[in-house]
Amino acid sequence: MLFSDLTEETLFSLLSNKSRSALTILGIVIGIGSVIAMISIGHGATQQVTSQIESLGTNLLTVRSGASRSGLVRGGMGSASTLKTTDVEAIRTNIDNVEAVSAVVSSQKQITAKGTNTNTSIYGIDTYYFGIKNIAVSLGAKITEQHINSKSKVAVIGPTTRDDLFGADANPIGQKIRISGQEFSVIGVTEAKGGTGMNSSDDIVYIPLTTAQQYLTGSSQTVTTINVQVASDEFMDTAEENITALLLVRHKIADAASADFNVMNQADMLSAMSSVTGTLTLLLGAIAGISLVVGGIGIMNMMLTSVTERTREIGLRKSLGAKKRDISSQFIAESIALTFIGGVIGVIVGWLASFLITYFASTTTVVSYYSVFLSVGISALIGIVFGYYPAQRAAKLDPIEALRYQ
Amino acid sequence: MIRCENISRTYKIGDDEDLTVLKNINFTIEKGEFVAIIGPSGSGKSTLMNILGALDRPTGGKYFLDDRDVFSLSDEELAEIRSEKVGFVFQSFNLLPRSTVIRNVMLPLIYDKKCPKIDRLEKVNKSLKEAGLEEERWQHLSNQLSGGQMQRVAIARALVNNPGIVLADEPTGNLDSKTGEIVLETFKNLNRLNGHTIILITHDHHVAEHADRVIEIKDGEIIADKKKK
Repeated sequence: MLFSDLTEETLFSLLSNKSRSALTILGIVIGIGSVIAMISIGHGATQQVTSQIESLGTNLLTVRSGASRSGLVRGGMGSASTLKTTDVEAIRTNIDNVEAVSAVVSSQKQITAKGTNTNTSIYGIDTYYFGIKNIAVSLGAKITEQHINSKSKVAVIGPTTRDDLFGADANPIGQKIRISGQEFSVIGVTEAKGGTGMNSSDDIVYIPLTTAQQYLTGSSQTVTTINVQVASDEFMDTAEENITALLLVRHKIADAASADFNVMNQADMLSAMSSVTGTLTLLLGAIAGISLVVGGIGIMNMMLTSVTERTREIGLRKSLGAKKRDISSQFIAESIALTFIGGVIGVIVGWLASFLITYFASTTTVVSYYSVFLSVGISALIGIVFGYYPAQRAAKLDPIEALRYQ
Repeated sequence: MIRCENISRTYKIGDDEDLTVLKNINFTIEKGEFVAIIGPSGSGKSTLMNILGALDRPTGGKYFLDDRDVFSLSDEELAEIRSEKVGFVFQSFNLLPRSTVIRNVMLPLIYDKKCPKIDRLEKVNKSLKEAGLEEERWQHLSNQLSGGQMQRVAIARALVNNPGIVLADEPTGNLDSKTGEIVLETFKNLNRLNGHTIILITHDHHVAEHADRVIEIKDGEIIADKKKK
């Protein structure tokens, strides 16, 4: 049997049962479409998380003070005041290959402006901070050395905070905001960086480090976080080790396990997050995969019905000289055609779905080529796997019995 | 052309119970003969037709089709024999539904490796002419035809490969007597004018009378083998 005959026969028999073929194809379309859409959500999440972490600055080590303890109650990470301004200086002078070091005092406070208020993070920062974190101001000015020296009550606010307090796209420069009873004047607005949730750098109020120490934490010596920018990727591990060793000595702690601080490597964070999103992708893909299997069972069901219905035809073809292989390849070809058509339409539908998800749910989705090839390949494979059994059943029919079948 | 030597066919119906459907079948059919095999239902004539058509193998004896021993052939080789040497005409026509006459007649050719694609239509036209189907029907769908027309399509399909033998199993069984007569005339002409070897299986003496030679079987055995004149 020639390949062109096979395709002709296949098309003919699929077209002679249009509605049944269409419904079976629909099952595969839904399966493939949802696999593509789900994996695109997973990939989108990975990409978003990666770009967010990378936007926080490159080659970044973050030192945070450890958890506070009062009796048996253990506070959150960073709640103890173990990191001192002197530690910052020590890192700056003793650690090699360090580009910049920035100290931060952070807390969560209620902020009020004229008639409005919001609850957000207050970061007391030094002049290095914006550089390390790649933060630019879109309006007004940054916090300067002079602000820090004179403990000025000035604030640079994030765009989300600006929107919350003054309304979208308002110019807040020169406006007053109150934090813990102190009045600050707004001198700048940072550029939007995107991202949502707790760690959004768009919903933050930045004030000078010294001001924060005086008015918010009440201690001019302690800092919450030290951000260290390492000169290059290859020095990350040594810098991390050296900082840990230095701080252990300075804090007079012999055992690294009981350290009262914690050094986080950005690369570790990235790999931790991408393993989370990787699991998410796998989970979403697996759920969608179930519908693909159901679609495959639909194919098998249709093929089995078709074998039974066409028993006489199979007998006839055999009596006319069709070999087992001719019969089985005809049925396999039909199921592959069904899944292949379903696969191609499914890719388009999945693509469209992920586009709509991005459009309406504003979730980043990424349709990767590998997921497209993978699902078209899987759909053809499903055709072979679920078409094989019905095809074998057809090929094994005894021509005499089949011709007599009513 | 066809040589049967002591053919028997038994079916296993229990662990040690056998049902003998054919025994001691001996005959030869030469090229160009028009033979009717007649017998009441249950006489074993359908089983004999299956063996002659290489759909089944005998359990005993030897069957030679064109000097090839069919008994020793594999399933694949049997399929090849059916494709090249045998044309079947069935009682219930067995045409592909929703398909044109031409597609139906062409069907055996797609399983024939020796027939190039470009020769197909020519062969189809030739055999449709031989079977005597009016040319304006050729593009019709098989289910738009009358019974007699359907059977002539089936005959054309059986002829399209130019087979050594045409096996017709009760070809008039589903037709009224007048149409049946026309179909039988068609067979007669194919035999007389085109030299096809035709084996007609029937239970009806009137039908068998059209053939030149009548082999009568009963209870699995040949009881008569008569040639006309």
